[in-house]
Amino acid sequence: MARGTLLVMTPSRVRWHLGRVLSRQFETESAIRLELDVPTWPGNVAGAHLDIRLTAPDGYQASRSYSLASSGESTRVVLVIQELPGGEVSPFLVRQLAEGEEVEVQGPLGRFFVWIPAEPEQSPVQLIAGGSGVVPLFSMASAREREPKGADFRLLYSVRSPRDEFFADELAELSRTIVEIVHTRESAPGAGRPPRRLTREALAASTFPASLSPRIFVCGPTPFVEAVAGWLVELGHDPAQIRTERFGGSP
Amino acid sequence: MGVINGGFGGRHGSSDPRLPPGQTHVYDWPVLSTGPTPNVDEGRWSFTITTEDEVAHRWNWSEFQEVGVEDIVTDIHCVTHWSKLDMAWRGVPIDRLFEDVETSYDYVMVRSYGGYTTNLPLEDLLDGQAWLATEAEGEPLTPEHGGPARLLVPHLYFWKSAKWIRGMEMMPLDDPGFWEQNGYHLRGDPWREERYW
Repeated sequence: MARGTLLVMTPSRVRWHLGRVLSRQFETESAIRLELDVPTWPGNVAGAHLDIRLTAPDGYQASRSYSLASSGESTRVVLVIQELPGGEVSPFLVRQLAEGEEVEVQGPLGRFFVWIPAEPEQSPVQLIAGGSGVVPLFSMASAREREPKGADFRLLYSVRSPRDEFFADELAELSRTIVEIVHTRESAPGAGRPPRRLTREALAASTFPASLSPRIFVCGPTPFVEAVAGWLVELGHDPAQIRTERFGGSP
Repeated sequence: MGVINGGFGGRHGSSDPRLPPGQTHVYDWPVLSTGPTPNVDEGRWSFTITTEDEVAHRWNWSEFQEVGVEDIVTDIHCVTHWSKLDMAWRGVPIDRLFEDVETSYDYVMVRSYGGYTTNLPLEDLLDGQAWLATEAEGEPLTPEHGGPARLLVPHLYFWKSAKWIRGMEMMPLDDPGFWEQNGYHLRGDPWREERYW
């Protein structure tokens, strides 16, 4: 029934690819940065994700979705994967997957929680990350960095401690995104202020106001996203301008 | 493609025959949505079916309660690779809501508070396959899980089971809804892995 309609729609760009691990590097004590060489990768927009499928020697398979930290035409894709204690796939990717080893990947996936530089953009872009939810937002800020002109960007990054930060060096070097990092459990040495939970007032102070009608991308664990998105609406932001993504993938 | 990840043991959590390919059994209930959770109180909730004759079949919350609920135990499958088995649900069968609806159209656009849409063939909603659910696991649906009422179409990927449902509009063609315009499959049968297009 649906198949007849499918034929007249845009041909699929989503397919399975073979990726080889070019490098692996610990991003934090419990997260790995993987760079994969995927010769057939068609490129991806910032904010997109992919599925990784692992196959055990007995044929058993498991698949998971991960956000891409990289964007653009490149056939080298970058992922930063947080190990979930007791997880099935992430401990293998973080601790065991070796340089040179191949994995199957499907993608690129997602056309909603994405930022495309070519789109004419009047309003500023506010990125709000909780924990490892920073990955697709970092990808957007990096894509913005490559554009000489474009929307004003801000990133608010809520993370437990300096040791848990992803992309610490790259974030410090961004020149086209204003970055503010909130440590919720443990401050940087000499920070001069105690760790703090994000509140509605702190959110208001560190983000574009509703009067500027920013487009907003929020990514993090569900309680974080629920709280932040709720506060944004209370602060007068149009719900239609707020896009959310939660751990567990998309949609 | 024949790639074997030699060091990967896996928990074989996908070995249950009730799990479609590429799915993993979870015990919690992850939340996924595209924007802020809309606040829909029962006082302003209503559900409307609209046909090509522009006849609207409409129920407010108390009228909807009178239609009659069923208890369902079913598995649900999310396109993000998790499945939850043997969930207890309570809801109104879509068959009951369509009893007085006359239409020659074969497709339905489901519309939600907050603006979400998803498309389905009518035949996927009838014959005991779909409900408007108001309770899960013995509790009223919370807002983040789509309360006060969401669609439940457990034989398709769960993005079809629209949260915060407010209506169904009959349509002659299978026009794509929200995720379907954003790269996800028009029908979404988990047993055929109809995830993306």
